[in-house]
Amino acid sequence: MSELQAQLREWRDAAERLVPPWWGKALAGLLVAVGVILPFLTGSSSGFLNGTIVAVAYAVMALGLNVVVGMAGLLDLGYVAFYAFGAYCVGWFGSGFFFGVRVHVGVSPLTSTLAGIHLNFVLILLAAVVVCAVAGMIIGLPTLRLRGDYIAIVTLAFGEIIGVLAVNGQSIGVGGGMTLTAGNLGISAVDSPWFPGSGSFGLLDLRPWYWLVFGILLIVLFVNLRVRDSRLGRAWIALREDEVAAVSMGIPLVKTKLMAYAIGAAFGGMAGAFFGAYFTEVNAGQFAFGFSIFIVAMVVVGGIGSIWGALAGGLLLGYINNYLIPDVLNNLPSAFGLSFQLSSVSFGIFGFLLVLVMTVRPQGLFPERRRSLELTGEIAAQDGELGSEPVGPA
Amino acid sequence: MLAARPAAAVLAALRRYGGRWGLIVALAALPVYYGVTDLVNGYQAAVVAGHPVIHHDLSRLGFNFAEGLSDGAIWALIAIGYTLVYGIIELINFAHGDVFMIGSFTAVGIWSVLGLSLTTSALGVIGGLAVSLVIAMLTTGSLNVLIERVAYKPLRNAPKLAPLITAIGFSFILQNVGLLWRGGSQQSVTDLIGAQKVVFTIGGVPILRGYIVAWAVMVPLVLALSWFISRTRPGRAMRATAQDPEAARLMGINVNNTVSLTFLIGGALAGAAGLIYAVYETQVWYFQGFQAGLFAFTAAVMGGIGNVRGAVLGGLIIGVIQSLSDERIGPQWTEAIVFAYLIAIMVLRPTGLLGEETREAG
Repeated sequence: MSELQAQLREWRDAAERLVPPWWGKALAGLLVAVGVILPFLTGSSSGFLNGTIVAVAYAVMALGLNVVVGMAGLLDLGYVAFYAFGAYCVGWFGSGFFFGVRVHVGVSPLTSTLAGIHLNFVLILLAAVVVCAVAGMIIGLPTLRLRGDYIAIVTLAFGEIIGVLAVNGQSIGVGGGMTLTAGNLGISAVDSPWFPGSGSFGLLDLRPWYWLVFGILLIVLFVNLRVRDSRLGRAWIALREDEVAAVSMGIPLVKTKLMAYAIGAAFGGMAGAFFGAYFTEVNAGQFAFGFSIFIVAMVVVGGIGSIWGALAGGLLLGYINNYLIPDVLNNLPSAFGLSFQLSSVSFGIFGFLLVLVMTVRPQGLFPERRRSLELTGEIAAQDGELGSEPVGPA
Repeated sequence: MLAARPAAAVLAALRRYGGRWGLIVALAALPVYYGVTDLVNGYQAAVVAGHPVIHHDLSRLGFNFAEGLSDGAIWALIAIGYTLVYGIIELINFAHGDVFMIGSFTAVGIWSVLGLSLTTSALGVIGGLAVSLVIAMLTTGSLNVLIERVAYKPLRNAPKLAPLITAIGFSFILQNVGLLWRGGSQQSVTDLIGAQKVVFTIGGVPILRGYIVAWAVMVPLVLALSWFISRTRPGRAMRATAQDPEAARLMGINVNNTVSLTFLIGGALAGAAGLIYAVYETQVWYFQGFQAGLFAFTAAVMGGIGNVRGAVLGGLIIGVIQSLSDERIGPQWTEAIVFAYLIAIMVLRPTGLLGEETREAG
């Protein structure tokens, strides 16, 4: 087995020597170009394009959660809270929900005549980033001294509390007969994004939506890559690997952890705001615990801590959930004489994927190098060798 | 980031001076507040001929407690499973709540196999319940052992998040098994014992049959468990493994078997809780395990995780909080209130009411 691995590694290194140094940038440019022209290859309102849009938004979420779970090592099981905050930013600042006030900034002439708060989608995105970053820090605060699975439970509890607030918000007044949320009735008729020159996005032509979410993805990906290689990113990894050692080396624990929560939450908020606008409704029923686990599954399947893994995991599970299961394979059980639809057990499928990945390939599909060494025990093996006889050429 | 440092200082101060008493005060706040308002302002006990009857006594609070302590019996049995497993391998067995759900479903399934119905004689119902209790406990116990073998044992030496993630995975798998088994909506089951019938009344507080069944199952099981853990050889092996697995192994204890035994016991207790739930609530649902699991986990943390007595105490307290909140604030807020308590415990005293310092929480 190890001989085979060594052989594979040799071939990989040989292949790496063959490609020119500008290959990485060329590949990135190529991928972006493919991403931009992708919607022209399919119908403007096809199920595939719809699945792609949702999958890309999920990938944004996975990239955000990867900052918290992967890089900083804080297992956040309440990530749905930021989906909720982001979506409610659309409901609050981009619809007629707060009918008692009239605020209009940078919206289409038609929308400017309506009651309520109507901000341009870019401003809503910024609002979602700010709201979620603050909420992320508040949620992170009680977990600062906790480690491991206790963090998971506290964040889960916060996520559930936010969910309960979203459902019951229709009985919390904010003055003038207006309520905090619309609960399970949902805030409907939220504004479609509008930009000068583009007009309002419609649901018949999905291409503008795709480019919008693709742009968000590129921004989030860029920030992710830059942060990973920055001082902050290295501090996260140090904290994840050994908190005591990291703190004694002078890494500010509180600031570093809170930054992880804030940045991860901000990305989740951007995706949440996009979902709010795309689904044209903000309904408390969307913010269930299962959603948090769905995003965790993306990060785990892709490879915990790996940016490309989170991107791939998000796209993969997004496609599976929104295209493959409902559109392609939904009637598979009935082909075997079973009387249920595959979409009703989608969470069971994701649960199975989680167990499978964790037991068979714990480092995920596209592992981060450091994490994969750790998980496959190579580091431990090397440590063991260091402790015993010196290893060297005989 | 300026706010971060004072915030951490406030947190540390809260923990130092808050501690156990802070937690006790926080827990006493709800019953004391409602007791005082009942005595001072009174409450509407009934409507007679269109006129509300106002009482000024504590029997409404007593009713909350009676109901809460019986709900709490269910949470206590589930919480023991969390606390045993956490004590021995430091894993939050996330699938535990869903094992409880499977226990409920198994019990209800056995009832229909045995043909229990409203017309069955009292002796037949008691015998049938005893049989279904044993079968449900065996089923959930073996299921829990199976989960441990498949999903946790291969990851014993992996980073700590790995088994937690597989636990979540199994939780969803079991939920979908339940979904396919009995459908996606709340299902009524036969009210075999007449759970809402009043047996007797103490000080104006009606004691229902459901309460008595809950206690009649919970108390002997907890007593048997504490005898088992403190007096028998396998129980001693469990305690030794919880304290130091490596040293226990060196002393000749088969750690793998001990861990499996722990999962067997925890799962069996969850099965018993599942039976009580089905008898008492007279409805089952594939999603019941999610909330139950979180409530029971909160109970385990509240009592001090790793501590069986603490888990029972925590379960009963959570039951009372739940029933107070259900009846006085509104059931739609109960979940949020219990979780707010969970967060408060984590901030004030992560070691819980009776717990020792643990590495994770310290």
